[in-house]
Amino acid sequence: MRTLTYAAAIREAFAQLLEADPRVFVIGQGLWSPWYVGQSMTGLDVEFGRERILDSPVAENATTGAAVGAALAGMRPIVVHPRMDFMLLAVDPIVNQAANWSYMFAGKVPAPVVIRGIINRGGEQAAQHSQALQAMFMHVPGLKIVMPSTPYDAKGLLIAAVNDGNPVLYIDDRWLYEAAGPVPEEMYQVPIGSGVVRRPGTDLTVVASSYVAAQAVEAARTLEARGFDPEVIDLRSIKPWDRELVFASIRKTSRLLVVDGAWKTCGVAAEIAAAAAEHVFEHLSAPVARLTLPDAPAPMSRPLERAYYIHAPRIVEAVEHLMASRRPQRALVLS
Amino acid sequence: MTNHRLELLRDLYSRMVTIRLAEERLADLVTAGEVGCPCHLYIGQEAIAAGVCAALETDDTVWGGHRSHGHYLAKGGDLGAMFAEIFGKVLGCAEGRGGSMHLLATDVGILGTVPIVAATIPLATGAALASKLRRDGRVAIAFFGDGAMEEGHCHESMNLAALYALPIVFVCENNFYASHMALTGRRAADNLVTAADAHAMPGEVVDGNDAVAVYDAAVRAVARARAGVGPTLLECRTFRWRGHVGPSWDMDVGVKRRDELQQWLDRDPIRLLRRVMESAGVAGAAFDEVDERVRAEIRAAEAFARSAPCPPADELDTHVYATGAR
Ligand SMILES: Cc1ncc(C[n+]2csc(CCOP(=O)(O)OP(=O)(O)O)c2C)c(N)n1
Ligand SMILES: [Mg+2]
Repeated sequence: MRTLTYAAAIREAFAQLLEADPRVFVIGQGLWSPWYVGQSMTGLDVEFGRERILDSPVAENATTGAAVGAALAGMRPIVVHPRMDFMLLAVDPIVNQAANWSYMFAGKVPAPVVIRGIINRGGEQAAQHSQALQAMFMHVPGLKIVMPSTPYDAKGLLIAAVNDGNPVLYIDDRWLYEAAGPVPEEMYQVPIGSGVVRRPGTDLTVVASSYVAAQAVEAARTLEARGFDPEVIDLRSIKPWDRELVFASIRKTSRLLVVDGAWKTCGVAAEIAAAAAEHVFEHLSAPVARLTLPDAPAPMSRPLERAYYIHAPRIVEAVEHLMASRRPQRALVLS
Repeated sequence: MTNHRLELLRDLYSRMVTIRLAEERLADLVTAGEVGCPCHLYIGQEAIAAGVCAALETDDTVWGGHRSHGHYLAKGGDLGAMFAEIFGKVLGCAEGRGGSMHLLATDVGILGTVPIVAATIPLATGAALASKLRRDGRVAIAFFGDGAMEEGHCHESMNLAALYALPIVFVCENNFYASHMALTGRRAADNLVTAADAHAMPGEVVDGNDAVAVYDAAVRAVARARAGVGPTLLECRTFRWRGHVGPSWDMDVGVKRRDELQQWLDRDPIRLLRRVMESAGVAGAAFDEVDERVRAEIRAAEAFARSAPCPPADELDTHVYATGAR
């Protein structure tokens, strides 16, 4: 199969969506810029015209609200936030409006809008230009959230998001843009809510999504060389997430490590760990482990940045640690 | 020209040259790969920071954004602490937590500049509200770009400030670009100053490359604020010479900007001021003297920054919460 980078796969999804459906249009900052969103939208304005590819004023709230409104009025808009940090200025249209609209009006008026928030961090950019805020939005009923880790999923999930008919938050990560992988030429969808086993194994279950899922696959190679046999699950969607896939894996391996490239408290990893405790507790032979960012803003200084982010070696470490731990025996209480 | 006026010109010149030379050095350091954090250079806009800050008292507050080296230096922020911050060192003004886009100098009224566009406009409004409630006589300056005026909370803040007659001056630095996008691609008309009418405050269009004009306009606006009459909007028209971020000249917006840039290079705010001073009788040696002094200060600042360590890797969660009574 043909190989594309993650960024090129996103671009192809945009192009095919714009080609296939006249209701699709895109609004957001940097869409006519040669660098603002990497190579993920290059030349779309030339190909489809600047009426459908709107490089907007610095107005996140209005552009997102307008995308939601256009969706209510029958269009299929995609609003782009070149950084998730900037998307925070648009929380009202996402959370109060888009997420609630179907419910508030008994499903009579859907809000088929895609909100693309790009995680863009590292490079000493510090606290306001680094955030991965998936957990905040995962909390909200009515939103779906996808976080692709491969070029194949980057394309298939964007197409699925636009066709879903509900508000979908599409989160891509600049650290993945150069990653290459097989991508079919035709238009296809990756079903929202379905995860995938990236590497089957029997020792423990590693659950991740987006950049850290790709890193977990890399970590598995090192672990294999050290005699471990991890099963790596890429969630692809974090809301809804593929509970059955994760639970089945835990029943097989009896150990769970959840990796999420965001803060720990009330994070994606917390939700998955809690669900595992609720549903497959009896299958766990060790405490559930979480590998996340510390509960601290992103630093700037290079040594702090290096200590802050999760790459493959940290996952290797966490797996080795978990493999060494065991479920404590319940203490005998003598009366 | 009165001695007093001449002193002002010297002061403006010194502030502007400090910004220019410091940033030219930073540009070289970025090019050389010695500085890694994103630096949004202010070169070309120096007259605005200098003119406004020369009209302020030390404890008046100044608020900025991603492009605030100029605001920080013009207000009297320490050069060494800025260089150290940009190098990510513990002796930086934010102890290496923020870098170029997070400048702080509490001793001269800078409580933090941050890169979320328009974020500090409501914060400046709040500082002005605090001053009004405390009757402390301070004025708050909100520095922001033409792009920031597209954010809703810019206008919400202007309305609040006008309604409560807050001691604040809104200084819009219209450099005609927000990153790669020209003003004409983002607004139906080149009419930023009319926001003042909408919010019932005086608005003034100022030549942002004329430090004296900026100073005079700032004096009027600050007097109004300090007297408790309310806010003013100054639209200072200028141009940034370098790319949106980093030291390049026009890589981000293509060749078209090159012609536009040339017209503004011809109106170099420092050269314009120098010409005024020369015609008032200031000799060439006087400028050389300032330039040399500033160069020495910059060398010292850089050496200070280089000599400091980075924060240790085990300090990731230090400062997440403030400690100690305030
Ligand atoms: C809320 C928010 N949206 C977008 C950005 C990205 N961004 C950084 S600077 C900038 C342009 C700002 O233009 P302007 O206000 O005119 O300031 P200038 O860069 O010209 O000094 C943009 C869009 C941001 N930092 N924050
Ligand atoms: Mg601007």
